[in-house]
Amino acid sequence: MVTFLNQYGGQLMQELGEHIYISAVALALGVIVAVPLGILLTRAKKIAGFVIGLTSVLQTIPAMALLAMMIPIFGIGTTPAIVALFIYSLMPILRNTYIGMSDVNPNLLDAAKGMGMSNWQSIKWVEFPQAAGVIMSGIRLSGTYVIAWTALASYIGAGGLGDMIFNGLNLYRGDLILGGSIPAIILALVVDWLLGLVEKKVTPATTQEV
Amino acid sequence: MALTAFLEISHLRKVYGDNVAVSDFNISVERGEFICFIGTSGSGKTTTMRMINRMNEPTSGTIKINGEDVTKMDPVKLRRRIGYVIQNIGLLPHLTIKDNILMVPKMLKWDQKRMDERAVEMIKMAELPEDYLDRYPSELSGGQQQRVGVVRALAADQELILMDEPFGALDPITRDALQDLVKDLQERLGKTFVFVTHDMDEALKLSTRIVVMSHGEEVQVDSPEEILRHPANKFVADLIGEDRLIQAKPTITTVGQIARPAVSIVQTATLREALTLMHKTRVDTLLVTDPDGILRGYVDLEVINDHFRTADTVESVMNPKVFYVRQSAVISDTVDRILKRGYRNVPVVDNAGKLTGIVTRAALVDMVYDALGSGTSNDDGQDRSTDGPRTDIGTTDVKEGAHAVDPTPDDKEEVPANNGHLS
Ligand SMILES: Nc1ncnc2c1ncn2[C@@H]1O[C@H](COP(=O)(O)OP(=O)(O)OP(=O)(O)O)[C@@H](O)[C@H]1O
Ligand SMILES: [Mg+2]
Repeated sequence: MVTFLNQYGGQLMQELGEHIYISAVALALGVIVAVPLGILLTRAKKIAGFVIGLTSVLQTIPAMALLAMMIPIFGIGTTPAIVALFIYSLMPILRNTYIGMSDVNPNLLDAAKGMGMSNWQSIKWVEFPQAAGVIMSGIRLSGTYVIAWTALASYIGAGGLGDMIFNGLNLYRGDLILGGSIPAIILALVVDWLLGLVEKKVTPATTQEV
Repeated sequence: MALTAFLEISHLRKVYGDNVAVSDFNISVERGEFICFIGTSGSGKTTTMRMINRMNEPTSGTIKINGEDVTKMDPVKLRRRIGYVIQNIGLLPHLTIKDNILMVPKMLKWDQKRMDERAVEMIKMAELPEDYLDRYPSELSGGQQQRVGVVRALAADQELILMDEPFGALDPITRDALQDLVKDLQERLGKTFVFVTHDMDEALKLSTRIVVMSHGEEVQVDSPEEILRHPANKFVADLIGEDRLIQAKPTITTVGQIARPAVSIVQTATLREALTLMHKTRVDTLLVTDPDGILRGYVDLEVINDHFRTADTVESVMNPKVFYVRQSAVISDTVDRILKRGYRNVPVVDNAGKLTGIVTRAALVDMVYDALGSGTSNDDGQDRSTDGPRTDIGTTDVKEGAHAVDPTPDDKEEVPANNGHLS
């Protein structure tokens, strides 16, 4: 273990850094696109089903296939990996945003509208704060997916912990496989836990709290 | 009326598909009124109310507030001018009580100092401790939350408040306290309320006028006392309930209802004619009217005896100072004054002053006996007559009663008009 860290420690840290970078950028893009899109869809319920269906279809494309499809468009490297992972992150966030916003207690919406809130004020002051917990749980789900799939992204030369895992597979080196996958698993767990904390914090209280 | 009305709704109609939710609704509401909509489920109460702040758009018809057509106003701005309270309260759970109360002022961009002051003022109005401002809605009881809901609707000085069954989910004691709160706001601050309810007691207690609705139509629009006294049809009577009609009876019976025929004579008659009539009907006092039947005074046997040889017409000897009551006066308000004066009988006149009968002391004693009798055998009934809807009725009618008696102030009423039967 110690010798492994001595030998591969530097590489591990670098790959971990790349891994976090790729995941974070992909997830951030996913949030930036999917949350507003999900909110928008609640105001255009007619096309909501179609758009959410479309992202579900994208979700069913096998990860390897999607990554491969990126190569003719973006070549190899970090960019195509981020684009592919971004596409994967969309669906859970979009769906949760849409569901969370649509599930806000209609009495609250009625009261808000009755008080004279504009559409935008109702989103800003009522629907979004009310849906924040559900949206956050979508982001959390996407976060763990993205971290897992980033490991595959080294297949198209993106870097990250996948490099070490694929190396291990090629060389039949169990220590490399474990050395890459254990940090990836820990990373996923930590991110899941952190985002879980955020989720709890933004979830509005609905029952008595002391 | 049309010129001064604060809220004017005419020919309002709302159709969902082929379901007519509201067909031709009309009302003219003065500032400071408390209007209750009551009726069976699905009768269009909510739909009508929500068209006022354009939560629903009318199919046809007009709604004017201060003469301004609401359909021509920006709905968002319109709603900020109208308080709106619903049964489920609708406090925003993620905001403090203070932020909830200040929602509309914030939208109207009040400055912070004014808002801070307003929040304190409002929480006091809700009769809650000031430190509740920093709490979240989930930290308040349902009744406390609804108190906040009510004052929130007033925070930006809205003149018109719409309430849709706001107290339906509360226990009777809390509901009672909140009813007092809104009634006080209406009376003290002169706010105008449109209030939807299922509860007849609530409507009777709060309203200045009740709108009874059925199948999208107004069945009756009247004051609580009128609705109790004269339900327009069986539907309204059923809605009021037999119990309430019976309970209402002792207090709202009018003088006219227990009056009996009076013995009277025209002022141009001779004293001999008067004496003959007295003899024939066995009374010692006659009421005197003019040829149109308007009450002018009375004569008694003693006066006729004294003047029999010196005067010829009743008019020249009658006493014009006569205590009378209007037939529309409510017994409960007049019984005291009648009994106190010790009259055996009191003439009853209609609004034009025309003599229509007399109330005998015996009839009054029967009334009082009935009222007290039902009171002791039924505590519930007694309670209702003191704090129930009838308190309102009493207040209104006292004015009417006082007015009826006014033309003959106390000091001029030395002589009672005893159109008494000798028996
Ligand atoms: N959005 C809607 N779409 C279709 N029909 C509606 C809608 N809202 C109300 N209605 C119909 O309009 C009629 C009047 O409804 P409304 O809600 O005004 O009744 P209400 O008197 O308030 O009843 P309740 O006492 O049950 O609240 C009902 O027949 C109802 O089914
Ligand atoms: Mg209703």
